[in-house]
Amino acid sequence: MKRIFPILSVITAALLGYALYAALVIAPTEQTMGDVQRIFYYHVPSAWTAFLLFLNNFVASVVYLIRKNPVADIVALVCAEVGVAFCTVVLITGPLWARPVWGIWWTWDIRLTSTLVLWLIYVAYLMLRRFSSSGQTPVLAAALAVFGALDVPLVYFSIWFFRTQHPQPVIGGGGSLAPAMWHVLLLNWLAFSMFAFLVCWSRFRLEKLSREVDETQAMNALLDEPVSNRSAR
Amino acid sequence: MTPPSGITLATLSKDLRLEWRSKDAINSMLFFALLVVVVFSFSFDPNAEESRHIAGGLIWVAFLFAAVVALNQTWAREVRNQVLDAYRVSPAPANSLFLAKALGNFIFVTILEAAMTPLFIVFYQLRSLGPAWQLLLVAAFGTWALVVNGTFFAAMSLRTRSREIMLPLLLFPISIPAILAMVQATTSILLGEGARFWIVLLFTYDLVFTSACLLLFETVLEAE
Repeated sequence: MKRIFPILSVITAALLGYALYAALVIAPTEQTMGDVQRIFYYHVPSAWTAFLLFLNNFVASVVYLIRKNPVADIVALVCAEVGVAFCTVVLITGPLWARPVWGIWWTWDIRLTSTLVLWLIYVAYLMLRRFSSSGQTPVLAAALAVFGALDVPLVYFSIWFFRTQHPQPVIGGGGSLAPAMWHVLLLNWLAFSMFAFLVCWSRFRLEKLSREVDETQAMNALLDEPVSNRSAR
Repeated sequence: MTPPSGITLATLSKDLRLEWRSKDAINSMLFFALLVVVVFSFSFDPNAEESRHIAGGLIWVAFLFAAVVALNQTWAREVRNQVLDAYRVSPAPANSLFLAKALGNFIFVTILEAAMTPLFIVFYQLRSLGPAWQLLLVAAFGTWALVVNGTFFAAMSLRTRSREIMLPLLLFPISIPAILAMVQATTSILLGEGARFWIVLLFTYDLVFTSACLLLFETVLEAE
């Protein structure tokens, strides 16, 4: 296992580098939007990766609620953290693209709003984890993850109806994508998800180790008590 | 043995009696909502036509803030003297307690709305162009949507540091579809447009999250 990590890191770094080159140079320039469109190769893969991580978080949370397995809790935590990071990238690159193309930074469009709400829910999730006392954190966080997952379809429907009533600038996504662009997009997504996987992996190991250290310290504190008493006698 | 509904009723009547004698939650909530109404009213200063467009949002934001004041006090009494721990070791089902607390909050927030609505009408010169009875439906479903999740998250934030601030941090993101539905339904009714979709959405939201709360409350209450 320990040897796979550096090998995978090298492959991911190479892939990320090539994917960036592909996005900036190989991919054909979009006719109407020009080079601005190239941010798309960062924006969309980040979004897919973030949604995948949030899905993982939900599954791990349900597993934790059923099995009370601490590994599932660590997976949920790690996926939420990395997912929020990727979701932040999505929310920053989106307006950067929208400003020159739509002429506005932000609109209450269905996809934008759902992503923002998802981000808010998961920031709340991380806040809850940070503020709750350690023993109960996993259960509370898992319950909140379930609430968040139930909330997403409702958000989607409400915004969908909200916006079908008041038409807004059309999103450029309706058209078809040229095959060359698809290749670059999928390549970027592969690189991004491998990167996300690596970050999750090392974060997982870190969290696991830090919990082990906490447990050992707690155990030592318990064990030290009688020993020191004995030596005092 | 007392049936679960008996436990709910006993807890609810205890809470109502305590509130009737102390009037802690209701007074702070009413005064807070009054302040919000007054501040909004002179920061926007709308005429009758404009206020129809913005009143739905203002009313529900005021109620939302005031409801958080009440929700934060939901479990405070049970923490004092370890009442909640005693409840946990008793054989009483957790959901009876949850329903009692949620119903109690529903009653408090409904009283608040009944008291504040006339003030809104006066300050904003409101007159509904649509069927006003539908507003009652929106108020009932909307209040339940806020209160059921609020009670649940208040129980969760009880286990955290700085619990007063934790409740809105959890409640607001999850409540976004409900708040949108309440505001849009109210505005549509005031403007005389159809609000059916929003009322159905609110009802669905209530159904989904009431089930989720009842399913998960025991787990959260027992969490150690």
